[in-house]
Amino acid sequence: MPANYFPAANDYLRFAPELILTIGGTLMMILDPLFARKLPRMFGHLSILLLIVAIAGAAGAYTVPGHAFSDLLVVDGFATFFRVLVLSIGILAVLSSYKYLDRERAETGEYHALLLFSIVGQCVMVSANDLIMIFIGLEISSIATYILAGYLRDDKRNNEAALKYFLLGSFATGFLLYGIAIIYGITATTKLDEIRGAISNPATPLGMVGVAAALMIVGLGFKISGAPFQMWAPDVYQGAPAPVSAFMATGPKAAAFAIFLRIFMTSFQQIAADWAPFIWISALLSMTIGNFAALTQNNLKRMLAYSSIAHAGYILVALASRSGDGTAAAMFYLAAYALMNIGAFAVVIHISGRGERHLRIEDLAGLGQRQPLTAAMLTIFLLSLIGVPLTGGFFGKFYIFRAALESNLVWLTVLGLLNSAVAAYYYLRLLVVMYMYEPGEVANSLSSPGFGLSAALILPAIGTFILGVAPNVILNFARNSSSFGK
Amino acid sequence: MNLLDILIAIPAIGFLLALALPRSNDRLIRLFTLIVSLVTFAVSLGLVSGYQFGQTGRQFVSDAIWISSPEIHWHVGIDGLSLWLIILSTFLTPISILISWRYITSRTKEFYAFLLLLECGLIGVFASWDLFLFYVFWEIVLVPMYFLIGIWGHDRRIYAAVKFFLYTMAGSVLMLAAIIYLYTLSGTFDYAAILDQLNSGRIVLGHTQETLLFLAFFIAFAIKVPLFPLHTWLPDAHVEAPSAGSVMLASVMLKMGTYGLLRFCVPMFPAAARENAPWINILAIVGIIYGALVAMVQPNMKKLVAYSSVSHLGFVVLGIFSFTQLGLDGAVYQMLNHGISTGALFVLVGFLYERRHSLAISDYGGVATVAPWLSTIFLITTLASIGLPMLNNFVGEFMVLQGAAQANFTWSIFAAIGVILSACYMLWMVQRVFFGSTSEEVAHHIPDFNAREWACVIPLIAMMLWMGVYSQSFIPQISETNARILDTSRMNVPLRVSNPGTLAANHGGFGHAR
Repeated sequence: MPANYFPAANDYLRFAPELILTIGGTLMMILDPLFARKLPRMFGHLSILLLIVAIAGAAGAYTVPGHAFSDLLVVDGFATFFRVLVLSIGILAVLSSYKYLDRERAETGEYHALLLFSIVGQCVMVSANDLIMIFIGLEISSIATYILAGYLRDDKRNNEAALKYFLLGSFATGFLLYGIAIIYGITATTKLDEIRGAISNPATPLGMVGVAAALMIVGLGFKISGAPFQMWAPDVYQGAPAPVSAFMATGPKAAAFAIFLRIFMTSFQQIAADWAPFIWISALLSMTIGNFAALTQNNLKRMLAYSSIAHAGYILVALASRSGDGTAAAMFYLAAYALMNIGAFAVVIHISGRGERHLRIEDLAGLGQRQPLTAAMLTIFLLSLIGVPLTGGFFGKFYIFRAALESNLVWLTVLGLLNSAVAAYYYLRLLVVMYMYEPGEVANSLSSPGFGLSAALILPAIGTFILGVAPNVILNFARNSSSFGK
Repeated sequence: MNLLDILIAIPAIGFLLALALPRSNDRLIRLFTLIVSLVTFAVSLGLVSGYQFGQTGRQFVSDAIWISSPEIHWHVGIDGLSLWLIILSTFLTPISILISWRYITSRTKEFYAFLLLLECGLIGVFASWDLFLFYVFWEIVLVPMYFLIGIWGHDRRIYAAVKFFLYTMAGSVLMLAAIIYLYTLSGTFDYAAILDQLNSGRIVLGHTQETLLFLAFFIAFAIKVPLFPLHTWLPDAHVEAPSAGSVMLASVMLKMGTYGLLRFCVPMFPAAARENAPWINILAIVGIIYGALVAMVQPNMKKLVAYSSVSHLGFVVLGIFSFTQLGLDGAVYQMLNHGISTGALFVLVGFLYERRHSLAISDYGGVATVAPWLSTIFLITTLASIGLPMLNNFVGEFMVLQGAAQANFTWSIFAAIGVILSACYMLWMVQRVFFGSTSEEVAHHIPDFNAREWACVIPLIAMMLWMGVYSQSFIPQISETNARILDTSRMNVPLRVSNPGTLAANHGGFGHAR
């Protein structure tokens, strides 16, 4: 116990993004009844402002890297990378929500406050240095997301999604918590670096540590929708409001991967040879199930859900390679994936129309002729999802499989790459419909995307292209911070 | 920035500028892309004049770091092998633009822009000296061609486009795995450095390792060539593509496969290449004969020409895997010949289609009466394609057969059957299309060439004659490079990889070209 009960000023600075968003989010709840009718768009603007300030806060926190609040939090390159990532995802999610909420007449402060709270939880997760903090962050993020998934209360699909997500999610959290409890029982600590130290102590019963690690893999496997714990994802992503699905498939997933990487690459690194085979299997299953199931989907949101399972599989390949390069590759991929996936979802939001009536793949017919710019953006995202050079997705895959080959995972690499060729088929279907079909009713009656949605298309497209041409900007940072200061 | 950088940059910039042009002004877009492609061609001729004969290694080298870690270079350069293939690409792009002048009426802007992007990718493929860069260009080429087939193709275009993309993609991901694997062994993507490490024994590959790496590259290239039995995407893609797409696909894109075989498979994995040569050559010969037989029964002109490509490309593969100087020279020369003559066939079939709106041979007949010039040019092209002396294909086929005979005489005998068959199917088609009685529709719908069409065919015919009569303008550069490839892939294994006791006579050492 530290002598001084009052944390140092630097601790608050290191906690700046969370503080900013929490205060901002609470303020928004208070302002909601006052302004919801008069200035419905104000909350969106305010969220973006807060998120930008929070990014600045995260950057500011990085100027004083180190531990905070009795080692509960740690601000290092890894934490900063993911903080900026989830905050940027938040901005894109808000941008893509404007039109949707307007269309559904559901613009409230509550929506944006929940989104901010969810992001707070993710920021806590990625900068936590203690299993309890990780758990708290995960819960903050999850509970807010459960509510967001059922945001449109009168919509049956929303209710189903929220209920399913909530029940399965709490069940999975239980597994994680049980794992944490066992670890605490064995090592008498919840601090990640101390656990690492305890495991290298020969007196520690490694069998029980293995059980704890397995339980945590189950819990985290659910959060990242990795097979065989992926079952909930298609239903939830399909049922939830489209902007929320976009957010769920990127933000909470990136944060969950961040803690997955942090726990397993620091605390459990010594027993990596034991857990890596399970990750290997999970990676292969996720890629294969995700890609093959996506082949037969006709609903855009459901297809993107399966595709996100497959992409989780690719990132698990990086984890299975259990090296610093693998961690850096996973970080890069999560950034690239967030951009291309939110972009693709933004197009879905754009064409789906009021009540999300137009979600079939055929509804994209002729988009290339009616709105060439939107179609071009979606083309960039799809090519990136396929992994065609000069896009972020390509370099992401490249770095992941390079890390895998360096760790001698030859078969996983070959199977993973063949998987990406299978994936090309269902992404190409969208291109086919968009450019090679005559414009349908949906494309003909499409209004312009509006400012928010345009920004949610153009910004990720630019980002995808930058990551595809100058990947070093991100990769060098990821690589420098992938060692967790060990 | 040297000439080669500029050459790659021009179509890329042209692509971006073309996208920025106003959609409504078709004429401006066409003229703009035509001018860009002509400028590109003119610049590419600078490569020929600046090519230093006798200088070993690559020329017009430009090497800069693109991505610092892992170190990926913008490393381009040319040697005798790349030189003519680049010229072939730049030569055919303006022709492809010209033949689309009236045919493409919808979404003109995208069409011509994609042609320029395709050209950029093709030049890049042939000029890359970094494996990673090569892969990037290899994949970039895929995208415009996918759209060219899928948007502007015929009835079954979508099926053909997707099949084309997936086939190539499946092969190229294996190649990507092999490229990354080589990187983990050598620590570099630089082709010359890897080759050097392999040859000097700094990287020692086990037998299985080498075979698997060879196969990973080989399958990617064999799909592109296409080698029997991986050819099934080709007839679909050719038939459904618009004329310009067919021309670029047949004339240049297939050469990406054979170029890859010669550039990467043979020098980097010589032992595996020689060990696997027997069955590869058998597949090549099966392809030659099978392609010809299937071509013979096609009722559709484009499909006929497509299958003839399978047959012709079999010769190229046979030449490469004969491991003789003559065979390699013939193979490269045949790549160019096939580019010119099959390109011309697709151009002419496209002209017929524009007039009669049918590709079925039975819808024609007696075209010679109403369009004598078109018929004459078509006949010359046909004769070139079947290997008549004085025209280009003869030289290449002869060299390949001779080279193959040096390695194994039996191969030559079977391959030569393909030459005879090609005369059968091509001349039979000419007879049914151009001679016989002229039907009402044919007389009514088929006028002779106009000026634009003349402008398309004259350069092609001129090249056929030139390459047939004076091959010395082209072969020295090719031969020089091939000698080096053979030299780096020389192994302590017998030249003849076939079973002893065949008819073959080992001519001892490597045959002397020319």
